Amino acid sequence: MNLTLYVWRQKNANDKGKMEKYEAKDISTHMSFLEMLDVVNEDLTQQDIEPIAFDHDCREGICGMCSLVINGTPHGPEKATTVCQLHMRHFKDGDKIYIEPWRARAFPIVKDLIVDRSSFDKIMQAGGFISVNTGGTPDANALPISKKDSDTAMDGAACIGCGACVAACPNASAMLFVSAKITQFANLPQGKIEAKERVQAMVAQMDSEGFGNCSNHLECEAVCPKEIKINFIGQLNREYIKSVGSK
Amino acid sequence: MKLDAKIPSGPLAEKWDNHKFESKLINPANKRKFSAIVVGSGLAGGAATATMAELGYNVSCFCYQDSPRRAHSISAQGGINAAKNYQNDGDSIFRLFYDTIKGGDFRSREANTYRLAEVSNNIIDQCVAQGVPFAREYGGLLDNRSFGGAQVSRTFYARGQTGQQLLLGAYSALNRQIGLGNVKMYNRMEMLDLVVVEGRARGIVVRDMVTGKISSHAADAVILATGGYGNVFYLSTNAKGCNVTAAYRAYKKGAAFANPCYTQIHPTCIPVSGDYQSKLTLMSESLRNDGRIWAPKKVGDNRPARQIPENERDYYLERKYPSFGNLAPRDISSRSAKEACDEGRGVGETKVGVYLDFTDAINRLGQHVITERYGNLFDMYERITGEDPYSVPMRIYPASHYTMGGTWVDYNLESTIPGLFVLGEANFSDHGANRLGASALMQGLADGYFVIPYTIGNFFGRSGKSSVKNDHAEFKKTETEVAERTKKILNVGGKRTPDSFHRELGKVMWENCGMSRNKTGLEEALKIIPAIREEFWQNLKVLGGDQELNQSLENAGRVADFIEFAEIMCYDALMREESCGAHFREEYQTDEGEAKRNDKDFAYVAAWEFTGVGNKPNLHKEPLVFENVEMATRSYK
Repeated sequence: MNLTLYVWRQKNANDKGKMEKYEAKDISTHMSFLEMLDVVNEDLTQQDIEPIAFDHDCREGICGMCSLVINGTPHGPEKATTVCQLHMRHFKDGDKIYIEPWRARAFPIVKDLIVDRSSFDKIMQAGGFISVNTGGTPDANALPISKKDSDTAMDGAACIGCGACVAACPNASAMLFVSAKITQFANLPQGKIEAKERVQAMVAQMDSEGFGNCSNHLECEAVCPKEIKINFIGQLNREYIKSVGSK
Repeated sequence: MKLDAKIPSGPLAEKWDNHKFESKLINPANKRKFSAIVVGSGLAGGAATATMAELGYNVSCFCYQDSPRRAHSISAQGGINAAKNYQNDGDSIFRLFYDTIKGGDFRSREANTYRLAEVSNNIIDQCVAQGVPFAREYGGLLDNRSFGGAQVSRTFYARGQTGQQLLLGAYSALNRQIGLGNVKMYNRMEMLDLVVVEGRARGIVVRDMVTGKISSHAADAVILATGGYGNVFYLSTNAKGCNVTAAYRAYKKGAAFANPCYTQIHPTCIPVSGDYQSKLTLMSESLRNDGRIWAPKKVGDNRPARQIPENERDYYLERKYPSFGNLAPRDISSRSAKEACDEGRGVGETKVGVYLDFTDAINRLGQHVITERYGNLFDMYERITGEDPYSVPMRIYPASHYTMGGTWVDYNLESTIPGLFVLGEANFSDHGANRLGASALMQGLADGYFVIPYTIGNFFGRSGKSSVKNDHAEFKKTETEVAERTKKILNVGGKRTPDSFHRELGKVMWENCGMSRNKTGLEEALKIIPAIREEFWQNLKVLGGDQELNQSLENAGRVADFIEFAEIMCYDALMREESCGAHFREEYQTDEGEAKRNDKDFAYVAAWEFTGVGNKPNLHKEPLVFENVEMATRSYK
């Protein structure tokens, strides 16, 4: 099939950037969206046009590197699917496809469709851990944890840190991302000891990075490729209030 | 070049303890005076960086991704082995050691493999303390499953994403040290060369992938944890960015490269669907528990699967290996699939695939049972192929998955260049000629959390600080070489993209140095690869500049290294005139078509020394001595 692409091109962080129109010809329905872009890039190179820069790595939906807004939706139209796992059979011949980067103040554009998500790392560096050194830890079975709590922790831990939640939110809020990590640790006994310091440090860092707050649009949950639930934000808020109250 | 494995003396079970006791220590107050560079932030690199920083060393870590959390360890699905014996089913450190040695077809080093089994238990304790949410039983204790043909249940897992959870555990430990100011993290930075002065590794030269700036970084030790080279085949289950560059540049600077021909091809991946294909996706091996693998009996049978009657189907694994059937080991089932396709009996549009059919299991157990067991895998298959595996059989084909070969290291994980250490998949040490399921995660974390933190102290204690700073002439010279190479790539001005060369190379390697190899094919590859290399430097087309983010440029540099590296792989496969583990030489098989190992002539590690691009490298042999296990023949009939 043949498609018309409108792609955000921006040379670097200081460039203004604009949408460019490209034709994608003879696209197979079996291709993934990123493979379609590979084909377009090979074609552009042959026309002496610089290929479109976009982030990607594992191409199996787990590394969290790919980050495209397709026709206005982060990761495109398929539910619970990263762009690398989105296939062209979900489009039809003659479609116009608009491809843009994540847009948020805390994710400045590096080039074309690539953004800088180091603000996410900084939130994690502020408190997204349990303070244990290597060695000297008790036997792994010394502390039983109920399956229910452990499963909830795993639901939060499944976050891939892609940032689609921020890109979808009208407030560019990182609350779903932060709440996933908070939920993981809040449901494990190992995480409870530093619960107060953790939630305060992570929220403070989140605010200082320029992310907005949650006002219950639920767009984040709708686009999350790992189906992280909005009720985790409730847990984040509870943990935060608890930490303030216990001062 | 002299290979000294530095295996400690004493009985197997006491070697590591003895070695730790005999190792030099660095006074806690002096540790901050020693610096280390770690390249790679996966399980091995992330764990090593965090642990060394906790000890007080001054550590920098470099990764090519935008965050250390993206390293490809994250994609591992199955699990991680440990000899905890929580299931009371007879597991022990010695049994895990033995299974690993046997699984590697007696081509790994006893002492290293034993240590791996020994520290496996500490890894699980560590990860739980970090908050890794391993699967649990209703009673609250950790759950285990059996994996990869093991007769005990020793595999710990976190749903189908164990690698992700272990990596995020290491990433959290790393983040804590970054936040405390003990680690300097460099994201989107690619190591382009190693700097060696007076026979010791002194640091690295890197390119900032956003600005294009080339810079030098000096340290008292350099640690590579840069993963495997499976992308030499172009199509593999590796991430797109996985590459051999760091390891290959170290090889060019004098680090011997061991057993490059040991590459694992995983039998159950989704087949290639067209020329545009960029990667292959692994489907868990567990599918073979209920699926039956078959190909049509007739060559060129184009009928849809459902229209091929039972008596015209060849359930070839059941036919050839009646006692193991569809559960035959990875190397055997991979090779059999290739044979069927080579005979013209492949299925699907491309004819490169075989069926994995669940009809019998669905009829026997009911669809709900199959959904319960494999529902998520069936969904994944449907997402990628657009076919419903409940109504038409899955199509599968083998794909490059893991590389057992890697930079040669001694017991301390130090390469033949003093001060250069290599961890995880990037080294060669623990898996021999074939890796068992759920052992890759174990090795990465063992090296990072529990081996290098000890052996690096011993190195610093014995060798002292490096006096070479990053303004040394050798750093400047290397920076110039790196910059010139970058310019050279941009200035070829030809017609072909880096990817087109990579695909061409991959095809040659897959055909001639893939699942099965023979002398003629390998010799042919050794003629074709230099021709690809030559054309690469005459007909390459890379747009854009060097002082900016340029993905084609990055890719071209990696492809150039893969092309040169491919030759060593072929030399190694040609030299090894036996079949062992994942290395199957067609000339060396039994009458029944099984691998025929030759312990008399080939029970050694082949370590190759660089002698110039396009020249045959020098072979050095490290004999493998087995004092604690008897070398046996694998049989799966």
